[in-house]
Amino acid sequence: MRQSEPLFHVEHVSRRYRLPRTRLLAPPRLITAVDDVSFVLYRGETLGLVGESGSGKTTLIKLLLGLERPDGGRITYSGQSLTREVQVVFQDPASALDPRMRVADIVLEPVRVMRLPGDRRARVEELLDAVGLPRDSAHRYPHEFSGGQRQRIAIARALAPRPRVLIGDEPVSALDVSVRAQILNLLEDLRVGYDLTLVLVSHDLSVVRHMTDRVLVMSRGRIVEEGPTREIFRTPWHDYTRLLLDSIPTLKNRRAAST
Amino acid sequence: MAEALRVEDLRVRVGGVEAVRGVSFELEAGSRTGLIGESGSGKTLTALALMGLLPEGLSATGGVLYAGRDLLALSDDELCELRGDRLAMVFQEPMTALNPVMRIGDQVAEPLTVHRGLRHRQALAAATELLDRVRIPDPAEKMRSYPHQLSGGQRQRAMIAMAMACSPDLLVADEPTTALDVTVQAQILRLLDELVDEHGATMLLITHDLPVVASTCDRVLVMYGGRIVETGSVGEVFDRPRHPYTQALLDAIPPLDREVEGRHLRAIPGAVPGLGQFPPGCPFRNRCPKADQRCAEMPPLAVVGDHPTACWHPVGSDR
Repeated sequence: MRQSEPLFHVEHVSRRYRLPRTRLLAPPRLITAVDDVSFVLYRGETLGLVGESGSGKTTLIKLLLGLERPDGGRITYSGQSLTREVQVVFQDPASALDPRMRVADIVLEPVRVMRLPGDRRARVEELLDAVGLPRDSAHRYPHEFSGGQRQRIAIARALAPRPRVLIGDEPVSALDVSVRAQILNLLEDLRVGYDLTLVLVSHDLSVVRHMTDRVLVMSRGRIVEEGPTREIFRTPWHDYTRLLLDSIPTLKNRRAAST
Repeated sequence: MAEALRVEDLRVRVGGVEAVRGVSFELEAGSRTGLIGESGSGKTLTALALMGLLPEGLSATGGVLYAGRDLLALSDDELCELRGDRLAMVFQEPMTALNPVMRIGDQVAEPLTVHRGLRHRQALAAATELLDRVRIPDPAEKMRSYPHQLSGGQRQRAMIAMAMACSPDLLVADEPTTALDVTVQAQILRLLDELVDEHGATMLLITHDLPVVASTCDRVLVMYGGRIVETGSVGEVFDRPRHPYTQALLDAIPPLDREVEGRHLRAIPGAVPGLGQFPPGCPFRNRCPKADQRCAEMPPLAVVGDHPTACWHPVGSDR
């Protein structure tokens, strides 16, 4: 893993936001969403990004996607086209898909916008096959699908421009428990099948433990711990990581009184 | 052991479709029972029906027996007398359950003036103590705050303080930690556990999260398609699941203590059907690996091994 080529170099990156004034003449308040963050994303790895609300993980993703610019530091992407090669799948497929568009148009939107060459009809069929949706889905609308299927549509769209990096921002959090495993299995299949580098953001630590090779733990805009997932879960070093791991309810840690 | 609540053949119809289809269970006094279900399982409708809080136009049939009375037969006035006093509820999203234009202190004090006849000042003093008890920092100051000025975790604590104000017999908590961060979730679950203990209350915890139930409850009810498909102690249901649905749910959760071969979980095929789309007979049969013709008939909830399950082909038997 370490020998593989780096795709992203994130060096001392910070991003601050100005909060709205509480009073007319009050001085502007700044919050530092991402604070001096450095890491490398290697080709072919699955990187987990763990942290609670306000930890800065969403801002960090926006920075990777080029949707936000850092106030300080530098992000270098060593591929050819960041816009085409780095794609994202969000938590809630219902709000990420335009309800008035047919699935084929949704899936092909990035291809159309980026004016990528190729037989578009064949591409739709290929993508629907890849995410396990029937081909006749192409002519239907998002509301005709279940939550899990809508997430498959969102994944198909993310795959359309043939990305090298796929970022999943809480990709299974809004799904029924019985459907989550399907989508996690699909992401793993796609990772292997398309040689993807996966960045997985989740508040569900069991999902991160299961899916990732390496993990970054974020708290208050900083990376407080980084390392191979297996090691971090076995022997967390930072107090915050320990607190996080101790807080996870598990099937095996029962209430004292119960048998 | 004495029972705190008994539910008999509860049914709720939504637009001509039965969404809760004959649910029966009892809650032992002082127990914590987890009601597990996914979207469309009918778990939230069941909770709302118990509390007489079903939305306009929906009504429940069957029986909800509490202290010798059938709650479904009570008038609105009689129910209002019990709710917030003997029966209390905590919701997933405190922002929608709390009144946005009313100060936190007045809201927490309200059940005490309504049900306990405390004067306003006494009730406010008691409310400050309650906020302190649920570990809201600076309780005196927070009394004067409005809900939007509190963090999500603090709002949930305030709602718990309100629910526990009159020391209820039964606390129904519907996904109380689903919207919270994992460290806050752990604190809130610990708080609920302590308060239920202190007040000798009975808790019904409604959630889709199996690990939350394992770590908080002693009894489990598993719902699917408007029916209870399995019930027993946490140990019975989670260590020796009998219903293929329960087994499948447990298999679909990524383990924290080991790697899974090829990173492939055993997934349940298909999706949870929409309301009215469940197959006749056993609601799980179109997703179940063991289903056959017999499953076209709904199996009764009957004891298999050490606890009841509703399946013709329970896990671990040749039946």
